[in-house]
This record gives sequence, structure tokens and C-alpha cells, in this order.
Amino acid sequence: MHLPALRFGTPYESLEKTPLVHFLTGELVAEVSQTGGAMLSRDLRHAQRARESLRAIDPLEMVRRLKKAGSLYAEAALPVGDSQQTPEDFVRQQSATTGLPETLCRANMQKNLFVLSNMDRMLDALTRGLPMEILSQGWGREKRGVIVSYQANSPVLGLVLPSNSPGVHTLWLPVIALGVGLVMKPGGQEPWTPYRMAAAMIQAGIPAEAIGLYPGATDVGAAVLAGCRRSMIFGSTQTVELYRANPNVQVHGPGFSKIILGDDLVDRWPEYLDVMVESVAVNSGRGCINASAIWASRHTKEIAAAIAERLGPMDVKPPDDPDSTLAAFTIPGAAAALWKQIEAGMNTPGVEHMTAAYGSRFVEGERCGWLRPVVVHASSPEPSIAKAEYMFPFVSVVSCPQEKMLDAIGSTLVCTAITENPSFRSALADSILIDRLNYGPIPTTRLDWLQPHEGNIVDFLYRSRALQLPAQPVAAAS
Amino acid sequence: MLDRVSRLSTFGSMPFVHFWSVIFTIILMSTTAAKSSVFEVANDTQIAESKKKLDAHTAEMVAWHFHPSTGCPFWLEYATSLSFDPLKEIRCYADLTKFPPFEDEWLRGGPMRRWVPRGKADQPLYVFETGGTTGIPKSRVNMRDFRTDYEQFSDTLSEEYFPKGANWLMLGPSGPRRLRLSIEHLAQHRGGMSFCIDLDPRWVIKLIQKGWMEHLEAYKQHCIDQAITILEAGHEVRCMFTTPKLLESLALSLEKRGTTIRKMGITGIFSGGTEFTPQWTRFAVEELLDGAFMTPTYGNTLMGLAASRPVIPADGYTIAYYAPQPRAVIEVVDFKNTNEVVPYGGTGRVKLTTLTHETFVPGFLERDEGEREHPYVKYPWDGISGVRPFHELSSSTTVGVY
Repeated sequence: MHLPALRFGTPYESLEKTPLVHFLTGELVAEVSQTGGAMLSRDLRHAQRARESLRAIDPLEMVRRLKKAGSLYAEAALPVGDSQQTPEDFVRQQSATTGLPETLCRANMQKNLFVLSNMDRMLDALTRGLPMEILSQGWGREKRGVIVSYQANSPVLGLVLPSNSPGVHTLWLPVIALGVGLVMKPGGQEPWTPYRMAAAMIQAGIPAEAIGLYPGATDVGAAVLAGCRRSMIFGSTQTVELYRANPNVQVHGPGFSKIILGDDLVDRWPEYLDVMVESVAVNSGRGCINASAIWASRHTKEIAAAIAERLGPMDVKPPDDPDSTLAAFTIPGAAAALWKQIEAGMNTPGVEHMTAAYGSRFVEGERCGWLRPVVVHASSPEPSIAKAEYMFPFVSVVSCPQEKMLDAIGSTLVCTAITENPSFRSALADSILIDRLNYGPIPTTRLDWLQPHEGNIVDFLYRSRALQLPAQPVAAAS
Repeated sequence: MLDRVSRLSTFGSMPFVHFWSVIFTIILMSTTAAKSSVFEVANDTQIAESKKKLDAHTAEMVAWHFHPSTGCPFWLEYATSLSFDPLKEIRCYADLTKFPPFEDEWLRGGPMRRWVPRGKADQPLYVFETGGTTGIPKSRVNMRDFRTDYEQFSDTLSEEYFPKGANWLMLGPSGPRRLRLSIEHLAQHRGGMSFCIDLDPRWVIKLIQKGWMEHLEAYKQHCIDQAITILEAGHEVRCMFTTPKLLESLALSLEKRGTTIRKMGITGIFSGGTEFTPQWTRFAVEELLDGAFMTPTYGNTLMGLAASRPVIPADGYTIAYYAPQPRAVIEVVDFKNTNEVVPYGGTGRVKLTTLTHETFVPGFLERDEGEREHPYVKYPWDGISGVRPFHELSSSTTVGVY
């Protein structure tokens, strides 16, 4: 199978191609054509055409086509690269190159389908009920009679997509509906979702010239960020720091999502054990929305032991096993290096490895490695491992007095606050360290897609500005 | 290790117009070797003659570098530690494997005079550096080698694309590298002059390592702006040396101004770097150059310049280089047994040997790898294609930075 680049709808086959191989067998799964930063920079001269092609479509019709794209993505055989790809082909291919179990690939497909199927509701929520024609035309009158105007900050959104987390694609799916084109640098190991989604959208009637797929090396990512006036990048803490102050870039990195048990409810912790386990382990712990820490002022050792009892026995299974839940680290040596780092972190005063009794955590394969779930207990927030996040089911259960938690938790993408204490709830709501806040026992991984995620994509892509019309016709000056 | 920026192609002398007719002829004439079948492979006689010449040259150079009256202090002292006498036992090129591997660390630090052959002691010296972003750079003394290398290169350039008397733009790394002086000499040798831009690759690498990408972009643009100023200033610049990254930036900047490299008067470019892949070459030819001629080159401070076969679509834009034998030799050797060349088409590490009166470097293992290529009629000795950073070092090597 060959995946060509898609230069705003025009396939491009490069001379050199990057092989994608099966993480277990090394068997060739596909070859991907490669572009370069300069090629992308040249093509961005035509970015405005992408937006114009989308604005030519009635907003309601656009939503209809995206819903159809969702169905095609989830159910149809689609032309992807030089092959026809069924949904099962997609699942097998994605699993083969990312190391994700096939069950998780299917689950991520359903997430994407949900977002596309509910695009009208999502847009209504994200725009706070703004008639879609206003974004399309640039201005209009709201139901309350007020004239409003919005400008697109960029004709296209640039995306530097990750290799290791197919769950993130839901974030960019509304972009086309907002009349903004897509310029994507697919993840090296996970081109599958962008390619299949592009194929589904084009088949559903979205103009091909609105979508660019530019596989390549790091210079392509740099060109995306330099050339698109709005872009989104997924990366490490270092990446986040690099782009944090850049208003043109929405950067998605580690989430450091947490569950906080308030003093009022912590004694009832066994009732919330399922929420905690799901938050840590679902999707093989790969998401930024997976909980990497659970904070409470007491019972922390018992909580850690209970989670360890549930997660500790989880073991590696073949990727096509319906019960497989752990993803592989497909980069040779990555799992071993991470395990070494974790072992060093656990070898610190006040830190206890709670899953030690459930067998070796590091599983070495011929071409890859796995890490089985790790639960650690930290007697205070001080040890560095109390604030660590890894891309597998890993959680630190941290003992900390409630009154000190908000000063100590650090950046938190999703915070599930299990408390009914009004003043604590109020303090949590005020904390600018927390992005998404769940009041009550909601797993951190259960996102309401009608809520904004790490900033409202509409606010990122559009700028509200003034537009005035004369109240009465004004006579021309003589 | 050494600057991967200077490269050479003798088929730079081939105008596009009859380029294709020649290629067609070559295709018809092709006889052996699947990969190089679109070219005329050197015959056995030619190969044997070149080997004979190399063997004689090797013996002559060893005699020079290890004779007390002409050799440099480093090699004369080193000879005392050897279990053999180079003057007696090095009779041909293959004998050079008797030397232990050349350690590139020897090139760091002073005194530089230890590398100056006594037979050249009265000549003005240049010191050229490579690396050095952190720590002590590696250095090589030069008297006239860089001029000789570029004069030989000049003979390969076509009048149509690199006209005599034309002025040059040197848009590449400057400072302590030999490239800036070499390009200037090339321009002078051809009757023109060279306009130069300052570019400090050590600062560029630091910007990348620090993640200061905005500064990196600004510095690059600073260089490009200067280049455009020169091109717009009526200096009649027709020829250029640049690197792939800077060529891209220049082309894109000119395009934003509604013009192209060709429309600015540039007719011939030579360029180099390990990111000089067939795909990049195709992209440049199809989308950046607007008809200007470009020839890839491979080289470094130790070797000089390696010529390339014609780079054409019919050969998948394969870029195959041939060292300037007998002054320098490229071998593609087994990763483990570096005294053994890999089979034709096989992948191995680049091993360089420099054999000039100014410099003797036997069996230097470069930080590059590639595929061994058949001898080409114009260069009847082994070549190399697909040059890229050596895979065991590539994660610690910053390439394609300027």
C-alpha cells in the first residue's frame, strides 16, 4: 500500500518513501511518500483557495456532508492511497504501526464518528448558538438583533499530529465545518486516521482542495507552524514550553490530569474506585486525559493498593485479542528507557511501588516493548514521580492536605474533583491551573464534546471584531 | 564530522539541451550493472589503469609524508610507533590497510605545525576548521590544496550555465571553513568575483539545540535578505554556491516577490549536503529553480570535492559521487569490518583517504554512509550514492541546518 502526499487535493508520490512496518513482525504495512518544508511553504500560497472552496458550501449542507463523512469513515470501503480500505483494514493497519490493541483502535473510531455525527450540536455549543452563516459570510445579525462579525484568523489550520495517540483527532474534526481548510503533517506511525478521514470527507463532498496531507520529517512540522497563521501541535512538555507564548499555536502536550478527593468524601473512596481505575487505564493510558495522579489527604495507601490490585494483573496480549488493553512502545528501546526512569523515580524516600507484587512491569519484545500498569504511592507531593506522566497506565497516589492541594497540583488538563464542599469547589473553579473541571465522580477520560477542550477552537480560528452599518441610508457627500 | 557542504559534479558541464541526447546515447550503450545501466560503466581496462595510477600515487605520497626531509612531524613521529616501515611496506593503495584506523580526535587542537610537511614548510598556511559548536574544532592545514581542488572542479563547469567572467554569490557557511575561500578562488579562477554572505553554522546549530526556532528563522532570513540585496544590486551575479536549505529559502523569498532564481539572473548553482536526496533534487528541479542548472556535490575539508554522475529523472535522480582520485579516495566499507568494501549496491560507511602533498589521511571513517556504486566511464573507480548520516551516529548529528 502506498500513501501519497495530498497537496491540497492533488496526490504526490515522492521518489523516496518511508516504510511503515508491523510493530511485532517488521512486515511492511505501507509506504508513505515524503514531502519537505519548502514544498509545503510553496503550497501554502494557495491556502486561501481552501477556505474559498469551503465557504462556497452552505453551512447546513456542510454539516450534512460531514455527518455523511462520519458514516463513510466508520463503515465504508474507501480509497486510501492506492488501495481500497475497509474499516477492518484500517483497524488492523493502525494497530500494526502504532502498537495499539485493535479494540482501542475501534474505540477511537467510534469517538471520531460521534464527533462527526453530532457536528451540528458541537458547532452550536462551541459557537454558543451563533448562526453558522455568520462565520461563513463574515458578519450577520444575531437572533437578538445585534450585528456581529467574525474574521477567520487563517484560511487553513496547520496540524502537526502525533504518532502515538489516535484519540486526539476529534480536536480538529470541526475545523472544516467552520470553513477553514486543513494542512496536516500526519504522525509518522499513525497516518491512518488523517488519510482515512480525508478520504471520507472528500467522498462525502468536501472539496479536495481544502485538505492537505504532508507526511515528512521535522522540517515539515516547522513549515506548518511557520506558514499557517493558526496551527495545532501535539508534543512533549518541551514542545509545550516552546510554543506556550505563541498565540498562533495551540499546543497539546502531557495533560497531567488528576482526580482529587476532597476531605468530605475521601472516606467513601471505595465507591469511586471504578472511576479511578477507568481514568488511569482506559485507552491504555495513552491520553492526556488519562489520570496520572490521584490526590487525597488520607487513605492514599489503601487507594493505591486497591488500584494496584485491579490494574497490577493486566498483562500483554496479542493486539488482535479482544481482551488486549495494553499498547506497545514501538520505538526500540523506548519501553526499557522509560522503565529505567520510573525505577529511578521510585527509588526515592516517600515513594512506594504498589504494583511490585504483580510481576515484572517491563515486558521486552523482539522489536518493541510494553509497560504493564504501575501504581506508586507518594507520601507527599515532593517526589518528582508524584507529578510524572507516562504513556501507559501509570498513576501516583499522592498524600497531601486538602488546603495545600491547589498550590501543589501544577498544570492539570482534566480535574475530576470528588467533593461537595462548596468552598473547595469554588477554589477549584477559580484555579487557572485546571483546564477541564468535573464536579463529582466522572472519569477524567469521559469528555463531553459539547464543551471546549483546551481552549475553544472557534475562538482560536476566529476573531470577533466590529462591523457597523448605518441606521438609515446616508446621503452621499457633495 | 567535516563540513558536509562542498560537493562537485563534473556533469555540471553538460548543458540541458544536449544533456538528454547524451543520456539517450548512454542508455543505448549501457551494458552491465542493473543500477547504473543508464550510464556507461567503466570497462576493465579503464578500471585497471586508474588502479595502477592510484597505487603509484599512494607510494609517492607515502614516500613524501614519511621521509624525514619532507614529512610532517606528526607522521614522522607516528611512524616510530608502527610495527612496519611505511617507506618500505606501503607499495600500493591496498597496503594502506596496514595503518591502524585514523582517529579524528588527532585533528583537534594544536600545535597545527605538526601537520605541516617539511617539504612545504616555507609556504603560507591556512587553517580550516570543521565542527566546533562545542569544544575544540577539528582543523586541517592547507597551502594550496583548496585551490587545486576547485580549479579541477572548475574544469567540469559548463560555459552555458557557469559562464567565464561571471560573478558568483557564496551563500553558505563562512568563517573558519575552507568553503568561503574556495568559492572565492573558483570565481577568480574563472575570471569573476565572489560576493559573500556571513553565515555561522555553529550559531545555527546552537539555535536548534536551544529550540530558539524564531531566532533560527530570523537568522536565516537575515542571510537571505542579504543575498537578495546582492542579486538586486546590479552585480551581474550568474553563479551561486548554496546549501539545499538556503536554496529553498532563497527561492521561496524570491517567489513571494514575484520572481525566481532564474529571473534574478542565476544560471548555474552548485550545492551540497547530506539532505541532498533524489527527492529533494527532483523537487528543486521541478519547482524551485525555474530552469537554472544545479549540480550536487559531496565533499569536506579533508577530501575536497567528489564529482557526481549526471542526475536525471531516468535514473530516479540518483546522486552518485566519485572522489577526485588519486588525490582522495572514497570507499564504502562494511560497518563492522572497515577494511572490507561492501558489494556493489551494498550499504556501508564512508571511508576517506586523502593523498596530497599537503595532507596524508589514511582510512578516515566519515560520519556518513551510503551505497557502493560501479565505476563510471568518466570516473573509472568506485562511487557512492544515497549519502546520509551514519545511522549509528545520526541521532547525535545535526544535519541540514543551513
